[in-house]
Amino acid sequence: MADPRSTAHDSLSRRRFLQISGGLGAGLVVSFLLPGCGREGAPGAGAREGAAADGEVNAYVRITPEGDVVLSIAKSEMGQGVLTSLAMLVAEELEVDWERVRSVHALADVDRYGKWSTGGSSSVRANFDAYRRAGAAARELLVAAACERWSVAREECRAENGEVVHAATDRRLAYAELAERAAALPAPEEPALKARADYRLIGKDVRRLDTPAKVDGSAIFGLDVRVPGMLVAQVVRPPDLGGKVRSFDPQAALAVPGVRAVVEIPNGVAVVANGFWAAQSGRRKLAVEWKPGPHADLDNAAVRSRCLAVVDEGIVARDDGDAEAAFAGAAHKLEALYEFPYLAHATLEPMNCTARVDDDGCELWVPSQSPTGAAETAAKITGLGPERIRVNTTLLGGGFGRRSAHDFVEDAVHLSKQMKAPVQVVYTREDDMKAGLYRPAGTNVMRGALDAEGWPLVWDQRIASPSIMRAKNWLSGMKDGIDMTAVEGVRNLPYAIPNVHVRWADVELPVSLHWWRSVGSSQNGWVTECFFDELCALGGKDPVEARMRLLAEHPRHRRALALAVEKAGYGEPLAEGRAHGVAVHESFGSIVAQIAEVSLAEDGAPRVHRVVCVVDCGEVVHPEGVRHQMESGITMGLSAALWGEVAIDKGRITTANFDTYPIARIDQMPRVESFVIAEGDPMGGIGEPGTPPIAGAIGNAILKLTGKPIRRLPLGRVAPTA
Amino acid sequence: MPAYTLTVNGEPRQFEAESDTPLLWVLRDVLNLTGTKYGCGAGLCRACTIHLDGEASFSCQIPISAADGRSITTIEGLSPDRSHPLQQAWIEEDVPQCGYCQPGQIMSAAALLARTPAPSDAEIDAAMKSNLCRCGTYNRIRSAIHRAAKKKAENATAAAGAARTEASHHG
Repeated sequence: MADPRSTAHDSLSRRRFLQISGGLGAGLVVSFLLPGCGREGAPGAGAREGAAADGEVNAYVRITPEGDVVLSIAKSEMGQGVLTSLAMLVAEELEVDWERVRSVHALADVDRYGKWSTGGSSSVRANFDAYRRAGAAARELLVAAACERWSVAREECRAENGEVVHAATDRRLAYAELAERAAALPAPEEPALKARADYRLIGKDVRRLDTPAKVDGSAIFGLDVRVPGMLVAQVVRPPDLGGKVRSFDPQAALAVPGVRAVVEIPNGVAVVANGFWAAQSGRRKLAVEWKPGPHADLDNAAVRSRCLAVVDEGIVARDDGDAEAAFAGAAHKLEALYEFPYLAHATLEPMNCTARVDDDGCELWVPSQSPTGAAETAAKITGLGPERIRVNTTLLGGGFGRRSAHDFVEDAVHLSKQMKAPVQVVYTREDDMKAGLYRPAGTNVMRGALDAEGWPLVWDQRIASPSIMRAKNWLSGMKDGIDMTAVEGVRNLPYAIPNVHVRWADVELPVSLHWWRSVGSSQNGWVTECFFDELCALGGKDPVEARMRLLAEHPRHRRALALAVEKAGYGEPLAEGRAHGVAVHESFGSIVAQIAEVSLAEDGAPRVHRVVCVVDCGEVVHPEGVRHQMESGITMGLSAALWGEVAIDKGRITTANFDTYPIARIDQMPRVESFVIAEGDPMGGIGEPGTPPIAGAIGNAILKLTGKPIRRLPLGRVAPTA
Repeated sequence: MPAYTLTVNGEPRQFEAESDTPLLWVLRDVLNLTGTKYGCGAGLCRACTIHLDGEASFSCQIPISAADGRSITTIEGLSPDRSHPLQQAWIEEDVPQCGYCQPGQIMSAAALLARTPAPSDAEIDAAMKSNLCRCGTYNRIRSAIHRAAKKKAENATAAAGAARTEASHHG
């Protein structure tokens, strides 16, 4: 049985690292890549010089003396299943028994794996070829080693189930016997990849590799890291947005047993102690005088009015036909204001990072979506070169975008540097909620009009929302001055409507922003699908019939919707007081149709009983993993739709814990039935596309039940009356 | 610091701690049993669920002074080898995603099955509704609990059958 802790602590990799780097202290890096394996992430699977004492065949593949196959994965496991799906790609080409495979996070090593960030629902679709090639390259090296041993030609041998076979003489050599020699051979430039018809793993429901460690408590998340001599710190941040530390008196905190130091760092004042509880106890005694922030008037209502104030000043993102003239001349019109709040990621494992900065260099243990970015952060703070920074990626107790930021890395590195000891920074739940980075709030001014037959003629959507890309200074995410994430799903609204006008306005607000699962689609899927149903209601059209008609040019959307309709029994009678709501949304290259069956409690609270979900992701590696992600995306979207709202009052975030930021519980969970369409279209993403449609599906069911749309999220807060 | 004694996963453990230290942090920071998770510190997410004298309890809300001398079971002590029917069912139903809440989920479910061997959906809801999962694995959790209950019943029947066979041989 694989050592379940190896995900975080792979001692053999550690040894290899020290061998190749000459030790952190020496700062000596041996060039270990063979030609053809460039810096730009090419998982070209080159062997390291002098490698293989530990069975390492290439950067991705290690064969233990017992014949276990250990695969290094340079994407972060946050529940979305990359330690399984990417391992499947390598194992497919490597020709090994899945039961012998385990996978670990690679070290954050730009030279070997390129920049490592996990997001955009891109891990599998962007690496489908690269990880298969890594497996194929290792396979070819192992076969070459066997051919050399037997003095036979490549064509006479085949790889099969962890062995190389010479059929003519019925000789076999196990990979474990070949690994050392294989690693010393030149890596093949273009190893042949299997034809789809020959796949044994891809497209099959194999067991997830990370499950066993997750049912016995042995899985190592960031908070489970224990480094000898480690201290634990909590960082008290300014309560006001834009606030600062004026002064602090550490004496009372320092008097608490176990508290070792109280130090100021850029993000706040840290209480450093022997353990979590001492840090917490010291923090309660800490006296900080804060310099107030300049936003005392800011609350949720002010955010809405600030958005509304600029909504007409936006930049045009799409302009088909003449929406203005068509609207003016239309007989049936609709105007509506759709508003959405800030959201927190609320991963169940709060943010944390463990750092050790000493004379040898800097080592991090961190649940990060972007370990190479964490290394860059550490480099900036310590001034150390990349060869002296080592990043171990633990399992992530949820990510959803939040863990691509590095605020917690900054804190840990600053503190370890100052304390000259390993430090684990832990955000309390309240820290995590209040010091969070949020999905933007925003406003949509919607205008729609119908033609004489009641079909949509005009779609005019003016959006105002703070720009994530501007906040991150990520200019590649801006096009013609428009934050592409803010208009995703709207700029490419798929419905055949002759006059479509879309504009977007940035809003300057002091709330920190970040990508949140499915980003702009997380709100745009709701706005577009609900306003579409409002137009259907105005024109007396059935929402499914109308979608089928207006999606004539989008056969994949139609196919997904048709399957959802069939599986949900849409149109058939439901129990008294229930209705079906429909939504379809494309994001990250996948199309998802969802039908929610909803009722309203006496107080008007929506209750979702069942969700039928169809995802067309083009091509599928791990079908069960896809269904997992649909279930997960729906649950996260459902929590946001019904209850998600970060509260701001007097210039402070006041949402603090799960009592004021509820997430769905088991008794609020609908039955979810997911169906996967994979008919050979370009491969789409999976981690995020399940989230956007659900709010629209629920909202549309409520519209059907009450005749009244709910135009402000969360839906569960604005209780409708039946 | 005062000294305390606990029986943890069947072993007596003696240690010193501040009297207000929550059991959670004794387990994680003093006894190095990190399977029990911190999620909210306020009894709102139940990631910290353990068994205190057999009862599912949230360890983040119990000061060590209130647990002295008592018996604790954590996820590490549920079985030595993942053989508990719930752990097996969790693997069979492919329950975990990020996995962070799952030790707490499993400990709540284990306490449920100990007193209600064949729980209905409503009984599962009542017992499990305080355990939060951000990844939405709830439907699989429900299936896994039903599966484990069935397995336990089968095991019990088989054991009873074996006992009868044994008895008849001696009779």
